[in-house]
Amino acid sequence: MKLAVLYSRVRVEEKLLFEMLDARGIAYDKIDDRDVVFDLHDSSAWRQYDVILERCINHSRALSALKILNDWGIPTVNTAYVADVCGNKLVTSSALVRAGVPSTRIKIAFTPESAVKAIEEFGYPVVLKPAIGSWGRLLSKINDRDAAETVLEHKEVLGSFHHSIFYVQEYIKKPGRDIRAFVIGDETIAAIYRSSAHWITNTARGGQASKCQVTPELNKICVAAAHAVGGGVLAVDILEDSERGFLANEVNYTMEFRNSIATTGVDIPNRILDYVLAVGRGEIKPLENSDFGFQISDLKTPNLNS
Amino acid sequence: MTTNCPECDCEITLAKPIKGEIVVCPDCGTELEVLETNPLELALAPQEEEDWGE
Repeated sequence: MKLAVLYSRVRVEEKLLFEMLDARGIAYDKIDDRDVVFDLHDSSAWRQYDVILERCINHSRALSALKILNDWGIPTVNTAYVADVCGNKLVTSSALVRAGVPSTRIKIAFTPESAVKAIEEFGYPVVLKPAIGSWGRLLSKINDRDAAETVLEHKEVLGSFHHSIFYVQEYIKKPGRDIRAFVIGDETIAAIYRSSAHWITNTARGGQASKCQVTPELNKICVAAAHAVGGGVLAVDILEDSERGFLANEVNYTMEFRNSIATTGVDIPNRILDYVLAVGRGEIKPLENSDFGFQISDLKTPNLNS
Repeated sequence: MTTNCPECDCEITLAKPIKGEIVVCPDCGTELEVLETNPLELALAPQEEEDWGE
């Protein structure tokens, strides 16, 4: 068994994964994505690996590398398909809706005028998010029409083209927290609450982590959300609505977990490695991504009504 | 291992540096990347880009 870890920078998470790999005596190479050249006609150098764990910080690099590797038939965690779905909130939301996973209501519009219409169909406040982005960056809570028109104009004029695909999300009056759940394969292995006085609760933005019990109900929606995006090693963000209960918000495919090991008591890096090794041994076959699109017809999504 | 911060020149000591690791200068707070471990060599870390994240 030989493994490679593809990364951009060595965060706490990568250090922990390297330490666990060393401790378990697993042969592996560290591959910095800044040094990589892919020769599409010659995959020989990469075929020495039974599986590649992708930990890139750049979504575009991760997606490109995974697509090439999967087209060569080299197993990866996660797959290019999963990265494609999770790296874009619009695609994630569409996949969640398609799979029948309870999720926040989303409207998509292509012009500032139609976006205002979408916003006012919801009523204020709403949340505007860039479809591609992370760590709570550039999230806007829009409280009135003045703010809506201003933010939309700024996005259209100052943003690159993808900022003009307007992703409008209903505002959930969550109880000062959201839930970050870690799903590996078919199991929610751990979860934390992320609490903040600010409406943005990302730990990257100062949200405080505390342990969240993984109830059967929470496990069900988190595993369903993970399966809806293709399955693997995933972090599912859940909002709690006072009337509708758990709602899937986002799914992350290169999850950060530094604040969640001591908080939950779960050895998340070793659980990740267990899964990666199982993929490397061929015991788990992530979904094929040959279509690299939206076809997940061979995906068995749990029936949430059962 | 010890070297100097490329931004403020203060002395920085790291116990077990890993190539590619990001450290913060204790004096000036600049994010630094470990370029080499033997001898220890630090450079300003890459700036956050729009598609960075989890």
